[in-house]
Amino acid sequence: MRYLPHTNDDVRTMLARIGVGDISDLFTDVPADLRARATVALPPGLSEQEVRARLEQLAARNRAVAPRCFLGAGAYPHFVPAVVDQVLQRAEFYSAYTPYQPEVSQGTLQAIFEFQTLVAMLLEMDVANASMYDGASAAAEAVLMALRIRPKRSRVILSRALHPQYRDVIRTYAAVAGGDAAHRIDLVEAPVSNDGRTDPEWLAGALSDETAAVVVGYPNFFGVVEDLGSIGALAQAHGALLITTTTEALALGLLKPPGACGADIAVAEGQSLGVPMSYGGPGVGLFATRTDFVRMMPGRLVGEAVDGVGRRGFVLTLATREQHIRREKATSNICTNQGLVALAVTVYLSTVGKAGLRELAIANTAAAHRVAERLVQTGRWHQQFSAPFFNEFVVRGANAEGVWKTANSRGVLAGLPLRYWYPEFGDALLLCVTEMHDSAAADALVVELSQ
Amino acid sequence: MSDSPDSVTLPRSHAPTRPRKQAGLLLDEPLIFERSRPGRRGFAVPGGDADPGAFLPAELLREPIEGFPEVSEPEVLRHFLRLSQWNLGTATTLYPLGSCTMKYNPVANEAVARLPGFAALHPLVPDHDAQGALELIWELERMLAEISGMDAVSLQPAAGAQGELTGMKMIRAYHVDRGRARRKVLIPASAHGTNPASAALCGYSTVQVEGNPTGLIEAAAVRRAMDDDVAALMITNPNTLGLFEREIVQVAEAVHERGGLVYLDGANLNALIGVAKPAHMGADVMQINLHKTFSTPHGGGGPGSGPVAVRDVLLPYLPTPRLVRAGEQLRWSDDFPKSIGRVRSFYGNFGMLVRAYAYILALGGDGLTQVTRMAVLSANYIRRRLEDAYHLAFPGTCMHECVFSDKGFEATGVKTLDIAKRLLDHGFYAPTIYFPLVVSGAIMIEPTETESKETLDEFIDAMLAIAREARETPDVVRNAPTQTPIGRLDEARAARRPVLRWTPKSSAES
Repeated sequence: MRYLPHTNDDVRTMLARIGVGDISDLFTDVPADLRARATVALPPGLSEQEVRARLEQLAARNRAVAPRCFLGAGAYPHFVPAVVDQVLQRAEFYSAYTPYQPEVSQGTLQAIFEFQTLVAMLLEMDVANASMYDGASAAAEAVLMALRIRPKRSRVILSRALHPQYRDVIRTYAAVAGGDAAHRIDLVEAPVSNDGRTDPEWLAGALSDETAAVVVGYPNFFGVVEDLGSIGALAQAHGALLITTTTEALALGLLKPPGACGADIAVAEGQSLGVPMSYGGPGVGLFATRTDFVRMMPGRLVGEAVDGVGRRGFVLTLATREQHIRREKATSNICTNQGLVALAVTVYLSTVGKAGLRELAIANTAAAHRVAERLVQTGRWHQQFSAPFFNEFVVRGANAEGVWKTANSRGVLAGLPLRYWYPEFGDALLLCVTEMHDSAAADALVVELSQ
Repeated sequence: MSDSPDSVTLPRSHAPTRPRKQAGLLLDEPLIFERSRPGRRGFAVPGGDADPGAFLPAELLREPIEGFPEVSEPEVLRHFLRLSQWNLGTATTLYPLGSCTMKYNPVANEAVARLPGFAALHPLVPDHDAQGALELIWELERMLAEISGMDAVSLQPAAGAQGELTGMKMIRAYHVDRGRARRKVLIPASAHGTNPASAALCGYSTVQVEGNPTGLIEAAAVRRAMDDDVAALMITNPNTLGLFEREIVQVAEAVHERGGLVYLDGANLNALIGVAKPAHMGADVMQINLHKTFSTPHGGGGPGSGPVAVRDVLLPYLPTPRLVRAGEQLRWSDDFPKSIGRVRSFYGNFGMLVRAYAYILALGGDGLTQVTRMAVLSANYIRRRLEDAYHLAFPGTCMHECVFSDKGFEATGVKTLDIAKRLLDHGFYAPTIYFPLVVSGAIMIEPTETESKETLDEFIDAMLAIAREARETPDVVRNAPTQTPIGRLDEARAARRPVLRWTPKSSAES
């Protein structure tokens, strides 16, 4: 029991001080029948070396094929500078909890304050919270928040080009299965135009004074950059809120930010910013909004404060929105943020910095465009959509899935066959190219897809 | 200390401010933005000098972000290492935050979660390329089922509160399937705030059930509150007073008799392993907080992980995708038409699952049972040694935590908050305070099993010294802390005029 310090002597002394003869005497409040059946049938414990061997064996059975993995679709392979993990491995950060005692939690609090600032700048919004679980649940919380801001409206329009899993999570959060009318949320799906963007004509016809919010991906699931300004203007004309969701946060180093395009709530998955993909989690939800809506926000917020002699410090603030104070009237049931992952994003963005973030975004879009062009030049593939894209794009060609399977068997993961999630797009692959794909990897992809 | 209802203006910084202490080992550190100097950089990008206009129309592009940090790599490291030194964590000291189970986070688990086969794995690789990850998930689901006695587990929820939401969504789907969602959920007064918040998110109104004078819920009280419109009871066991609900089996029967279901808040599972299985208590669904019982780091507030475990009646409603075995291969399946759907992208906080799995392997069934026994022993040792100096909310044996209060200190002017702050001067984190709400001025102490007797004694001695100080020199307690980098912060002012971000100077002047 290498994690348990109690010696037999300690146990005896402690029991004597408590005034009982045996540890089982401490459990007499538990009915005997429950105790009799409680044995846990798991194998005996293992040494550190044995545990390590077992985990290495399992890890080896995964084919983490990067840099020859061209999958994006909500999780992105990016380089993480070593300084990020060096900081994350500080146990002063990872073994602390929600900073209820600010005097001995200033490290966590100041880092979150910096995180909130970085996120607000990245999205060009007034204010960001201390983070949410992931991009998908952040999107769902944004929808619920929009309905609080527009309490008399019940319709929410989701772009079909929004990440399918994000749409699923929004549906789960919004569904009050069989619920009464007061709780019913009417989710409507906006179709996609031929250019890969959310159909503006359909939107113009569908928006009304019943619409609480419009939710679009930016870039959307196909990697396409939406015409956010036009959608924002349409939404605003009907008093509906614009919610943007970004799965590839690196794009915001280069693309016009949601806040400059009329977004009222902007959310994102922050995994691209210094967090390993780790089979899909943990990630971190970025959540930002306008000043007017701060008190409607879910999640923790850190604010600046001063102590009795005028020294600057940071505290959790505006807690009267939250479950531990408001209970059933809270803005959300969330009770923590993604503290350590938010710290990773903070260290990453500090390291990459003002120039590096932009250059990295440029390198990504350049690499993706070069590969797209080469594939089109083979004559075997066409680009499915004509609208501008960032580092993901869709190509269409005969027997796409057959070629994809063969490539997979040869160690190249040629993106995602789109048909899995969009039956209307057969023979199409969603590909992602980042700074992790060197020219040899790009060559391998082009060779495989030329078969 | 309530927030003003006025519309929020976001003021600029409260500057000018004085530096923190700069004596000895505690070094001052500005915001990363204040360290920034134009032209400095900590990162180089090959291929970053291309012209973006060659790929994207100019009207879609932004300028470099004003105010973003411009610092060198050594400055980044120094900045964050200095910040780390202003934190207490379980690695540095006893962190007796009740109901949060702040145990040791094994460093070996940090190492295995970083194996490239896990950390670099894309979530959408074909299932046949992820068989190691899937086997780990498959085994962990079954380990948690064995520990809880439940029939099936989903590891998808990202945190305990999301596990609660998932569980309540399933309960709602179950009732809808039987014709009627029902409208109410019973919740004891001592419950965590997340319980009523989760129930409300599922469209339920909550009905509070009061405990009896010994802090327990009686089956008779539940039976009185039950009717055909109650969907579920949400109950924590041991409850937040650290007491085992002795009538739990009868309480569950009372709920089931009227067609309701029992949601067991698994927050306090650390007190139960090898002692009582939630399924045998009558639970239909529960969440399991891997960051509590199964040692994954709290991370300064996340990432958590909150798997849900269910009895067979709720099996059809589990979130999708679910892991299924097809011959030798494991694969994800969405083919569960009654499922509540997804609560999170992909499959949950996989990196946390790796750590929890490694922890369970390391301890085994006997080790986990010993964890519970030592956690309960330590809590009772603290209870016994402090109960003459502090008012124990409910006398008698406790489970993994004990709840005291500031009752008896009225004449000194010392309150729970002061006691907590004074503990910081002694080098300990504070217990959970003012929770549960049913105890006025609550001081909720959970030592966990990983603290040695010497450390427990030091903590107890500190608490005893504070009780003496409160009577002899109460100002010392009321003015605490004095040994920390900053003193008590003006939280009311921070909420009245919220400064929630740093703002670049040039725009601050506008």
